[in-house]
Amino acid sequence: MNFNLPALRQQFPFFTAHPDWIYLDNAATLHKPQAVLDAMNTFYSHQNSNVHRSAHGLSQQATAAFEAARSTVAHFLNARFPHEIIWTSGTTAGFNQLVFGLMGPVLQSGDRVLISTMEHHANIVPWHIHALPFGVELDVVPLTAEHRFDLTAFAELLKCKPKVVSISHVSNALGHIQPIAEIVRLAKAAGAIVILDGAQGIVWEKVDVQALDVDFYLFSGHKLYGPTGSGVLYGKTEYLELLRPLLGGGEMIKTVSFSGSSWNDLPYRLEAGTPNMAGAIGLAAAIVWLQQQDLVAIQQHKQGLVQRFYEGCRRIPALELLSGPTTNAGIVALNLKNEHPADLATLLDQQKIAVRAGTHCAMPLFQAINSKGSVRFSFACYNSFDEIDHTLAALTTAVELLAE
Amino acid sequence: MIRPDIFTKTATALKNIYDNQLPQLRQLKDWQSKYRILMTLGKELPAFDSDWHRDEFLVQGCESKAWLLHYQDPVTTQHFWAFDSDARIVKGLIILILAQVNALTAEEFAKATPELLLNELQLQQNISPSRSNGLLAVLTKIKNGVRSHC
Ligand SMILES: Cc1ncc(COP(=O)(O)O)c(C=O)c1O
Repeated sequence: MNFNLPALRQQFPFFTAHPDWIYLDNAATLHKPQAVLDAMNTFYSHQNSNVHRSAHGLSQQATAAFEAARSTVAHFLNARFPHEIIWTSGTTAGFNQLVFGLMGPVLQSGDRVLISTMEHHANIVPWHIHALPFGVELDVVPLTAEHRFDLTAFAELLKCKPKVVSISHVSNALGHIQPIAEIVRLAKAAGAIVILDGAQGIVWEKVDVQALDVDFYLFSGHKLYGPTGSGVLYGKTEYLELLRPLLGGGEMIKTVSFSGSSWNDLPYRLEAGTPNMAGAIGLAAAIVWLQQQDLVAIQQHKQGLVQRFYEGCRRIPALELLSGPTTNAGIVALNLKNEHPADLATLLDQQKIAVRAGTHCAMPLFQAINSKGSVRFSFACYNSFDEIDHTLAALTTAVELLAE
Repeated sequence: MIRPDIFTKTATALKNIYDNQLPQLRQLKDWQSKYRILMTLGKELPAFDSDWHRDEFLVQGCESKAWLLHYQDPVTTQHFWAFDSDARIVKGLIILILAQVNALTAEEFAKATPELLLNELQLQQNISPSRSNGLLAVLTKIKNGVRSHC
């Protein structure tokens, strides 16, 4: 196994700055390896110019770097063409463009969209804003008793003929990995357009959009060791071409007069305004960095961390685990019986363990399981078994304090 | 309107906390002992009945639920408070704030800096606008409550 944790961890300057903290809020955002910081620094120091617009050679260099970043993402996802990669400022922005864009060309009044109970608000609220007011209806796949995606119920709901199926690859609140291959296969067989929210899934496993045959896949750069404010909306050419642009201005136009405008080709049509050039370059650098790592070893390491943490938690009385340890991408959600998650998280914060408490932008999920929320521990490649053991000790201290 | 019972009972409890637990907290050094006390402060307050747990009293902007009630005495112009939360630590912190400002008039309140106590006790390094703790939201509601009833 080619996995040297100290050497890997050393590439993250954040930990040098905060040697006394244990960071287990990785599902919220990941830290950045030096390679990403260097790439962005190099861009601003040596290449900075506005892309696509200016006549000068500097702009052409910046444009070349920016478009090379797009190709890096296209290869990473195995997209057919670089123009199938639309830069966004993150998954949320991508979803807003996507849902808005589908309205009219694809979705009309009376059409149905199918999501799941586990969705992040980014895959719920844009439907509320852009689709429901125009008569689109939302159906929801329930959870199984083990808080998993209910494939049987899903197959049943597909009989209502949803035009679009939009499901998370990995649940950000529970860490459970959804059966995406099966979901895409069944949904396509039922004639639906399939969207996968890859915000948490992209960092877990290799995604091949062609092999999956998924129509849209979205993710955020900052959850892939890349910069904030960067993200990707992947779409098959034929579907991207249908989308109405949400934002207008900048490179997205072909011609403009006061009475109207015609739109540019893909991908520019969906990228209004000056793009986040350094963000795109930083995101591509994160992907290149990730491709240099042993991804299988990282997966095994994260599984090991989940397993160790989960076993430890089972020995602490009164802890209620909402996540299961298997088919889990590195997130464990739990509660202490009869206590508020905020209290548990504060007592961990006192011990310099960074976790998140609350409903994790998935309020409907917690309504479905009748819970106030949870404390979420999320692990990344740079976390160690030592950190898990420290966290378990801190958790024991917190639980004891609350039990007094 | 006569002063509802809950404000009288809360005022007594806050006075007790100010006189007893607050000096204790000032003496303690380790975080565990401080939190141990902080987390029991809520038990000193009179229990809210379901009537006070109405959504109109909910403070927006907290991950935990927090209800804040306000009453101004028409004669003395003093501001009285009652509070409840489903999270113990936030409740304890707000109680420490209220113990300092309960029954103050608007003029007295304007000179008070109750949040400084939390720094002094090292219970909260900074009162951030983060949603997760909600302290700031409750503090803001207290301040706005006094200002709008001057
Ligand atoms: C599953 C999932 N979808 C969407 C998002 C939204 O991502 P962003 O906030 O980067 O737009 C997140 C982030 O928490 C997420 O975990």
